[in-house]
Amino acid sequence: MTEFTATVTVRLKRGVLDPEAETTKRALERLGFELSALRSADRFELDLEAADAEEAETRADEMAERLLANPTIHDYDVAVAER
Amino acid sequence: MTVSVVQFGGSNCDRDAVRALRHLGIDAERRWHEDGLPADPDGIVLPGGFSYGDYLRAGAMAARAPIMAEVREAAEAGVPVLGVCNGAQIGSESGLTPGAFTTNASARFQCEPVHLRVERADTPWTAAYDVGDVIEVPIAHGEGRFEIEADAHEELVADDRVLFRYCDEAGNVTDEANPNGSTDNVAGVLGERETVAVLMPHPERATLPDVATSTDGAGVLEAFS
Repeated sequence: MTEFTATVTVRLKRGVLDPEAETTKRALERLGFELSALRSADRFELDLEAADAEEAETRADEMAERLLANPTIHDYDVAVAER
Repeated sequence: MTVSVVQFGGSNCDRDAVRALRHLGIDAERRWHEDGLPADPDGIVLPGGFSYGDYLRAGAMAARAPIMAEVREAAEAGVPVLGVCNGAQIGSESGLTPGAFTTNASARFQCEPVHLRVERADTPWTAAYDVGDVIEVPIAHGEGRFEIEADAHEELVADDRVLFRYCDEAGNVTDEANPNGSTDNVAGVLGERETVAVLMPHPERATLPDVATSTDGAGVLEAFS
């Protein structure tokens, strides 16, 4: 078994309104920063033991499907690295 | 008939729901989620609140609690199931109803009376009303914006599963009357069976006389009588 860190990034699908990101963008602009858009995302770092990277990715993918993301509003991606 | 009002850690409208139901002459009891449902549940309410502190997403944790497998099984068997506010979020997160409830367009928590147009009167939840009736019921949520994929929404509308829409006092469904930016002003939807419904507004807070500005919500709870 090898130790991996699977990083799951969950973001709103394109076109889904993100009021928190809008509010954050406005706060940055109030501070004098210039930016044309801001998108926020949730990032989960999962430490797990698996036979290989493929197995680690499959398991992280399942976790995203079952709980971490809501398929109605979210897209997600999984990146695996050996720890 | 005894309605089970499922109590999760962080539920806070469970007592209100029991009290409102009993006021209507409907027997109801709170049921701690770890104790599971009674053997033959007569009716189920998923009450409002902030289960698990709204961690991850409102309703996400409670939707994966073991009791929800029992709730889904009961729902499939035709037991009436009503999700209110956080209960609506739990219901949609658990797949009882389509779509998702997420952050209000205002990015604020909103606690205010709203008007709802009754879109179906032939369900247990709306038998007390006529189609087009306008009822006043309060909302109290930060994550009540109904989001759904475009094709799924088309299907929802085609199947006539929108139960309530936000509207103005005269019953006009407008952007101004939409408190949270919900798709198509949707405030409440039906599950695959008409005996399953979720809505963000609180009918149990518009049932007892003298505590709210209206008792218009009583008709929804009368589904359990």
